[in-house]
Amino acid sequence: EKTSENLFSKLGKAVIGKSKVDDEVLDELEEILITSDVGVDTTIKVIQRIEERVARDKYVNTAELDKILRQEIVGLLEESNEEDLSNFELPKDKKPYVIMVVGVNGVGKTTTIGKLAHQFKNAGKSVVLGAADTFRAAAVDQLILWGERVDVPVVSHGMNADPASVAFDTVKKGVDMGADVVIVDTAGRLHTKVNLMNELSKIKRVMQKFIDDAPHEILLVLDGSTGQNAFIQAKEFTKATEINALAITKLDGTAKGGVVIGISDQFKIPVKYIGVGEKMTDLQIFNRTEFVDSLFKKKL
Amino acid sequence: MFDNLSYKLDRAFKTLKGTGKITEINVATTVKEIRRALIDADVNYKVAKEVTDTIKSEALGRDVLISVSPGQLLVKITQEELTKLMGGTKEDISLKGDPNVILISGLQGSGKTTFSGKLATHLKKQGRQVLLVACDIYRPAAIEQLKTLGEQIGVEVYAEPENKNALDIANRAIEYAKKNGKKNVIVDTAGRLAVDEQMMNEISDLKKHLDPAETLFVVDSMTGQDAVNTAKTFDERLDFDGVVLTKLDGDTRGGAAISIRHVVDKPIKFISTGEKMENLDIFYPDRMAQRILGMGDVVSLVERA
Ligand SMILES: Nc1nc2c(ncn2[C@@H]2O[C@H](COP(=O)(O)OP(=O)(O)OP(=O)(O)O)[C@@H](O)[C@H]2O)c(=O)[nH]1
Ligand SMILES: Nc1nc2c(ncn2[C@@H]2O[C@H](COP(=O)(O)OP(=O)(O)OP(=O)(O)O)[C@@H](O)[C@H]2O)c(=O)[nH]1
Ligand SMILES: [Mg+2]
Ligand SMILES: [Mg+2]
Repeated sequence: EKTSENLFSKLGKAVIGKSKVDDEVLDELEEILITSDVGVDTTIKVIQRIEERVARDKYVNTAELDKILRQEIVGLLEESNEEDLSNFELPKDKKPYVIMVVGVNGVGKTTTIGKLAHQFKNAGKSVVLGAADTFRAAAVDQLILWGERVDVPVVSHGMNADPASVAFDTVKKGVDMGADVVIVDTAGRLHTKVNLMNELSKIKRVMQKFIDDAPHEILLVLDGSTGQNAFIQAKEFTKATEINALAITKLDGTAKGGVVIGISDQFKIPVKYIGVGEKMTDLQIFNRTEFVDSLFKKKL
Repeated sequence: MFDNLSYKLDRAFKTLKGTGKITEINVATTVKEIRRALIDADVNYKVAKEVTDTIKSEALGRDVLISVSPGQLLVKITQEELTKLMGGTKEDISLKGDPNVILISGLQGSGKTTFSGKLATHLKKQGRQVLLVACDIYRPAAIEQLKTLGEQIGVEVYAEPENKNALDIANRAIEYAKKNGKKNVIVDTAGRLAVDEQMMNEISDLKKHLDPAETLFVVDSMTGQDAVNTAKTFDERLDFDGVVLTKLDGDTRGGAAISIRHVVDKPIKFISTGEKMENLDIFYPDRMAQRILGMGDVVSLVERA
């Protein structure tokens, strides 16, 4: 167990010696949520909802706070998320299922692709990867090494090649070999760089020459230790391209994944995967209930 | 953002606009708005609280000029405080020892390898002999990445691809540097989490045995509230000499800069503003303060008044 303190233990400390939820407890709660990177807007929303309950019920016991907060958080996650996935299944009518992975620099795109490939392979699927980050030093080598590690083929044209043509060839290879899933890596790009953002549309377009509804999934990877900029990233990438899934990485760090709550509240895009380490097995399908449980789990 | 803050502050001051002094009563709401703005910029919650308390006592009793709004004056005071907090004068990295060793540390993906290349470029431009050392033995193609950068900038890279002991590699690299007249050795290391005991041991061993003249902590400027915990742990283990803030070419406000400075009291020595080898800059506290506050030209406005 690497994480030190979860929401529950912080909450426990906040209410020590208190019997009722008053302003002071709410202030503490605000601090807990903010310092977990839930984000200011969502924090205010949660606090307001609890304030309303306190006003309505007149007296709210601190012992109940845990339960109420859990309900509120589950509520936020439910409002905006689709059904949780239960395994690495793929839609039957989309073969190959094409995933394009995007995000800012260093968030964990390439690693997430390696882990996904491993999971799909374990689930009995055939996988092809495409090394369309032809820009970052040794990015192609990195994906090729992942391909070797998890034993799936990687399509590459080397460094400085045209990313769109790599994407095209990857989809082609996926079709040719009857693969179940094709995953295309892209270079990290800040959402403020217009040219680089436009490049994503180009990559997308060439894939559609082969499969008209490809890519079926555009997965935006967010670093779980990112602060408020994560919200801007989600907003700007969504504007630039049709993001329909999120992966949040590095949740094995000390940041408690509060960003998952904020992002789920502010965006209608489901969090599909979470990264919890650097090994190929360190990827989990995001499950609301489990996630909330982990936030409130009593430490032994 | 700043327009927003200034507007809010002015609203809080509405009844007092253009009159007298800033008082305890009218400053309370305002301070809350400033705190909120700092938190919005990723300044740590506790740090924001402390900073705004200082700002409050700074502001009390100050005269409000007719030509500036109290909100603007408050923002100006805030900006001055933040600048002070992030350190006044510029601090260089120290180059001493034979060879002079610079150890690079930080979380995964923060920009260590890229910065290593940039620093090598920077030193090379000053006519110094540099050796880059690839001590990330974990990440796939980490060595290749550093080698590619080395080739790009014409700096030799020392690596032992088969060796799985970072300290061993670094020690031999230093011997190699001595024999080959490389006076400056930059040691790139793997990304690691502060909570990863084993990996933290590895880097504190490197620090202990290599006795670097300069140990730098590289941190992504987009980092959120947790920046304080990470910086604190790295500092406890490494007693680093300075901080490098990366990815400032984006639109992050970079509040982590204040949090880190406040918690570990180490200077920010460089900022990284792009993926290219020449995208390395000196840190200016005043510019950073303005960025965190999302300010336009209010400072000059107040100065003119
Ligand atoms: N601890 C931890 N580290 C991770 C996780 N996911 C990725 N990393 C590490 O983060 C660093 C960056 O990961 P990459 O996969 O190269 O990130 P990227 O988004 O492809 O980076 P660029 O292509 O350079 O933009 C590497 O050191 C990874 O090992 C995770 O879930 N937990
Ligand atoms: N836009 C931008 N990108 C940067 C900057 N510094 C580094 N990067 C990018 O961020 C990503 C990660 O950089 P690396 O240098 O590989 O980071 P690292 O800390 O060595 O990563 P690990 O070794 O995996 O821990 C790469 O895509 C870099 O090109 C910067 O200042 N601005
Ligand atoms: Mg990558
Ligand atoms: Mg590196």
